[in-house]
Amino acid sequence: MKILTGNDLVSGDVIWWAGDGWSRQVGDSVDVGTHGDDLARTEEAALRVVGAYVIDATITDDGVRPAHIKDRIRALGPTVRPDLTLKPNDADAGNWVI
Amino acid sequence: MYRYDSYDQSIVDARVEEFRDQVQRRLTGALTEDQFKPLRLMNGLYLQLHAYMLRVAIPYGTLSGRQMRKLGEIAAKYDRGYGHFTTRQNLQYNWIKLADAPDILAELATVEMHAIQTSGNCIRNISSDQYAGVSADEVADPRPWAELLRQWSSFHPEFTYLPRKFKICVIASDDDRAAMKLHDIGLKLVSRDGVIGAEVYAGGGMGRTPMVAPLIRDFVPEEEIISYLEACLRVYNRYGRRDNKYKARIKILVHEIGVEAYKRQVEEEFAHMRTLGLNPPTEELDRIRAFFAPPAYETGLSEEIDRADPAFALWVDRQVAAHKAPGYAIVNISLKPLTGIPGDASAEQIELVAGLAEQYSLDELRVTHAQNLVLPHVKKADLHAIWQKLEAAGLAEANLDLITDIIACPGLDYCALANARSIPLAQKIAQRFAAAERQAELGELKLKISGCINACGHHHAGHIGILGVDRKGVENFQLSLGGSGAEDTSLGQITGPGFSEDGVVDAIEKVTDLYLAQRESGERFLDTYRRLGMKPFKEAIYG
Repeated sequence: MKILTGNDLVSGDVIWWAGDGWSRQVGDSVDVGTHGDDLARTEEAALRVVGAYVIDATITDDGVRPAHIKDRIRALGPTVRPDLTLKPNDADAGNWVI
Repeated sequence: MYRYDSYDQSIVDARVEEFRDQVQRRLTGALTEDQFKPLRLMNGLYLQLHAYMLRVAIPYGTLSGRQMRKLGEIAAKYDRGYGHFTTRQNLQYNWIKLADAPDILAELATVEMHAIQTSGNCIRNISSDQYAGVSADEVADPRPWAELLRQWSSFHPEFTYLPRKFKICVIASDDDRAAMKLHDIGLKLVSRDGVIGAEVYAGGGMGRTPMVAPLIRDFVPEEEIISYLEACLRVYNRYGRRDNKYKARIKILVHEIGVEAYKRQVEEEFAHMRTLGLNPPTEELDRIRAFFAPPAYETGLSEEIDRADPAFALWVDRQVAAHKAPGYAIVNISLKPLTGIPGDASAEQIELVAGLAEQYSLDELRVTHAQNLVLPHVKKADLHAIWQKLEAAGLAEANLDLITDIIACPGLDYCALANARSIPLAQKIAQRFAAAERQAELGELKLKISGCINACGHHHAGHIGILGVDRKGVENFQLSLGGSGAEDTSLGQITGPGFSEDGVVDAIEKVTDLYLAQRESGERFLDTYRRLGMKPFKEAIYG
C-alpha cells in the first residue's frame, strides 16, 4: 500500500494521512493509491503539512508498517528515548522498528 | 569572555525580529516552504525526522554560566527537557515548534547568543581548543582571533552564498584538541621571533571525501590573518564547484587544482588584498583581546588533592587536566554515561553545570568537539565538592578519551540524513566495555560513530571509526581503523565488509583483544595499529 506522511507545519510533529485528515498514529494511515502526490500538494497549500511524501507500507498483525526503517522510526519516535515515543510505557517498543 | 557591544546586540535583535516576521508569513501562507526553507536554515532551524530542530551557536565553544543556564531554560520551556551538544561545539534542540522559534531566538539574544550561520553555505561557527586560555603549552589564547573571525564572517556579504558550507578552526598549541586539520581552514597560532602569526591549513574535512588539510602558508602575521583568509575564501568562492554539491567543498578544489596552484592563486589574491587596507584595526583586536585577558587567579593556593576516596581519585586521574595557573585545574565533565546518549544533557544537568561554572570556574565553561563539557578554571581545593555534585547528577563518569567516551552523531533516531542509528550502537559498545578496569587497560582509544557518510560523528578521525550505511533498508556498519583528529591527524582505513549492530561490537572486541596481545610498552591502540598495519587486525576480525 501507499501511505502519505509529513510533518505538521506548526508543531513539526510527524503526521499520517488518515483519509479525512491527519493523525499522529501511523496505524490510522489509509492507502492513498495513486493520489498521494496530489493530496500532498493540496494539504501543503492548505498549511496543514510540510514536507509531505508518499511511502510504501504493508498491513501486518500490528497494523500499518512503513517499509523503510527511517519511516518506522518517524512513526514511533527515537528508539533510544522510549519515554518520548508514541508508546512511552513500552520499553520494548523500539523492537517494532527493527 | 567576549561581551556584545551595541552593534552586536542590535544586529542580533534585528535578526530575531526579521525572523519573527518571516515565521509569521510562513504560518499565514504568505511564504511557501520553498521560499521559507532558506530563511529558516539561515537561522539554524531544520526540519528533522520528528520535528523542527534548532542549532544554537556556541562561539568557539565558550559559554558563561548565564548563557548555559539559558540553554537549560529553553530546553525545559520549549523542548522536551534536554539538549544535544554536537561535534561542532554547538547545541541542538530536537523538538522545536515553528511558532516558538522566534521567541527562543529572542531569549537567546538576551544572553548574547544566536543561531545565525549554523546552517547554509556560509562560514559556520568558529571552533577552537576547549583548553584555550588555560593550557600551558599555547603560544596565545586563540579565542581573540576566533572572535575576530566570528565578527568578520558574520553576514559577510561576499561569503554568504559560498559553493558549500565552510568551517574554520583556530588553535594555538602543538597538541591539537580540535581536529584543526579536518576543517576547511585550520589556523594554528605560532610565535616566530616573538611575533604571533598563524600557520594556515586549507582543504581539510570529513564527509564523503575525507581529506587532511595541507599547509598552505607557514606564517601569516596576526594583523594580516583576516586579509589572508579573505584571499583564501575569494579563490574558493570564485573557483569552487557549484554544479555538484558533493564536489563543492574547498577540499575538492584544493585537491583538483593541486595545493601549489591553490597557494599561488591565494598569494596573488593576498597581494591584491594587501593594497586594499582591509586588515582590521589593531585597536579592534586589542579591544577583543582584552575580553580574554587571564582572570585574576588567586595565588598561594594549595596543590594538594585529597585522594582518600578511590572513586574520586579515579575521576581526578581521568577527568582533570593541568592548568597553567598554580593551584588550579581543568575539569572535563563527561556527557558519556554508559547507558546514556553521547552529548545529551537534561535541562537539570545544564542548570547544574551552569551553577558549577558560576560558583567554581570563574563563570566560564567550554563545550568540546568530543561532546563533553569543561570547567576551565577550578581550584584544586574545590575538586571534591564539584565531583560530588556531578556524581549526584549522573555526570561523574571517568572515561575521558577511553573507549566509552564515544563520539556519536544523532543518527537515524533523529536525523533526516542518516542511514543508520548511531546511539544504540554507542550504548552497546559502552555496555560491552563498561568495566572500568577494562577501559583503563585499553587506555586512550577514540571511538567515533557516524550514521551516514556526512560524518558528523567524525568516524574518519576515530582510532576506531564506524560508519552506518543502509543495505536494502537494513542498518549495516563499516568499521575503520587508524584515524586521528589530533596533531597526528590521519584518516581511518576500512577493514572490509560491514557488520550488523551486534557484529560490529564483536569485531571491536577482536580488534582490541589483538591490540592488548600485540602492544609494546607505552603504545596506545593507534600506535600499535600504525606499527602493525591493517593486516593482522583484518585477520583477527574476518578470520
